[in-house]
Amino acid sequence: MTRQVVVVSAGLSVPSSTRLLADRLSAAVVEAFDARGEQVEVRLVELRDLAHQLTDHLLTGFAPLELDEVLDAVRRADAVVAVTPVFSASYSGLFKTFFDVLEPGALEGTPVLVAATAGTARHSLVLDHALRPLFSYLHAVVLPTGVFAATDDFGAGGDGGLGERIARAAAELAALVVGPAAGRGEQPAAVRPRRTTEQEFAEPTPFEELLREASGGN
Amino acid sequence: MQIGIFSVGDVTTDPTTGRTPTEHERIKATVAIAKKAEEVGLDVFATGEHHNPPFISSNPTATLAYIGAQTERIILSTATTLITTTDPVLIAEDYAKIQHLTDGRVDLMMGRGNTGPVYPWFGKDIRQGINLAIENYALLHRLWREDVVDWQGRFRTPLQGYTSTPRPLDGVPPFVWHGSIRSPEIAEQAAYYGDGFFHNHIFWPASHTQQMVELYRRRFEHYGHGPADTAIVGLGGQFFMRRNSQDAWNEFRPYFDNAPVYGHGPSLEDFTEATPLTVGSPQQVLERTLSFRDYVGHYQRQLFLIDHAGLPLKTVLEQLDLLGEILPAMRAGFAEGRPAHVPDAPTHGSLAAAAGGAVDSTVYAPADAATGHRAEDAEVTA
Repeated sequence: MTRQVVVVSAGLSVPSSTRLLADRLSAAVVEAFDARGEQVEVRLVELRDLAHQLTDHLLTGFAPLELDEVLDAVRRADAVVAVTPVFSASYSGLFKTFFDVLEPGALEGTPVLVAATAGTARHSLVLDHALRPLFSYLHAVVLPTGVFAATDDFGAGGDGGLGERIARAAAELAALVVGPAAGRGEQPAAVRPRRTTEQEFAEPTPFEELLREASGGN
Repeated sequence: MQIGIFSVGDVTTDPTTGRTPTEHERIKATVAIAKKAEEVGLDVFATGEHHNPPFISSNPTATLAYIGAQTERIILSTATTLITTTDPVLIAEDYAKIQHLTDGRVDLMMGRGNTGPVYPWFGKDIRQGINLAIENYALLHRLWREDVVDWQGRFRTPLQGYTSTPRPLDGVPPFVWHGSIRSPEIAEQAAYYGDGFFHNHIFWPASHTQQMVELYRRRFEHYGHGPADTAIVGLGGQFFMRRNSQDAWNEFRPYFDNAPVYGHGPSLEDFTEATPLTVGSPQQVLERTLSFRDYVGHYQRQLFLIDHAGLPLKTVLEQLDLLGEILPAMRAGFAEGRPAHVPDAPTHGSLAAAAGGAVDSTVYAPADAATGHRAEDAEVTA
């Protein structure tokens, strides 16, 4: 079984340091799955290319074709790597818009590796103060290790441990996806994600049950 | 096949002149549009329901009754009746009354089309939207079918020994459609009751329409109302046409670009490609409309939105003239290849006939007609 990992990169310039970090994380994820003898397919999504479609989605309420396909890929992914530049002390608006238009429940139980770039290391807590709460709200499983890269980290020769953090985060991701109790769909009933729209179309909740819930629920 | 129009009743500035109609002008324009719809041979006029600016579509019952008094033939409907925030007891009374006044020319489309702030004005909560739609309709369904109802639920006060008046005309409740863009629960609800299902088919790509209609058809059969292809399906749609296609594009573009809901978003080109909106010649509108069957199968009702986004009344009436011109070809096109067992949309006449003929369903009060008190009640309390 080939695992599907989607890397979402919200960098704006070309080339961007955010994309650079996303590429290094992608390569590390492949290595980490390889090391466990597991197959993985990594797909990198540049949000810059979808910026107009994301705005259209906000205004019309539906996703144009290309964006729709990407949202679907994220919904089906075994894991997500989310990489954003820091703008005004938080994730960028483009990055947030993408996760705003995701169908509710799309990331429930999905392992997510959070990563960010900025001009200076003074922004590094953005991982814990902005990205973690966002993905906690979405009921994703955020990895213990997040990866932050300041401009210095990309400087000549001065890796400053960035490579190590990338490798560790990627290894945590692979362990969570492949690990025995962590596979999606194997969770105990108490934390099983609620039914997705897709499931509802395939096998709708019978009307008698809807009727009971309507008048009896909370 | 029923072909008609539906209006949301928005008061929008005409972007080409900067002029915004008054409420009075817009309300009167709605009546003119409905009368014109009958004149050009359409089958249905439906009005939306909203309770906040920029809409004039509050109190749809008064509007429909007024139009009913000035028309002879056209079916009057809602698109949609807010089953979430409107008391089902009032809906039962209001539409049974219009049924009597218009000799059965009325049906309803149930929907949740309301924004969050509107719900509390009516003592409700949008987070309960689906549950409200389900419980309220379950009660409405009984009020039209049982002369005396005892009922207790979650969202309104209980009813004991309640009779909704007037009783439905000829003992036949108005036909009901359920409208939803993407909630499978509503397709399930429509299928459960064997009611019609209507997809707005305006703001969303065809794939969503197809998914909802497929689910409804499948579950209609599951609940034993007949084969999936005999389920009662309605679609929305919108067009702007001129004899010359390029004229249509040039004239409609400023209205589209500034329209409520989708304005300032996708380009007209992208939107016409992604959604059923058709801008072009009458022939192009005809062909696109007939292609809807490719993904929903043979269906029963097609309604077009033509009077929104600040289009002036004169333009809307011209659109209706053009629609009237292609109407015979559209009817012929819809009839082509349609299997004999696919039914037409139910009407009051067909429902009465199916029930074994019209019967008067008046409930006469057993005793004191003025107070509703019966002698035996008085004895019990004495």
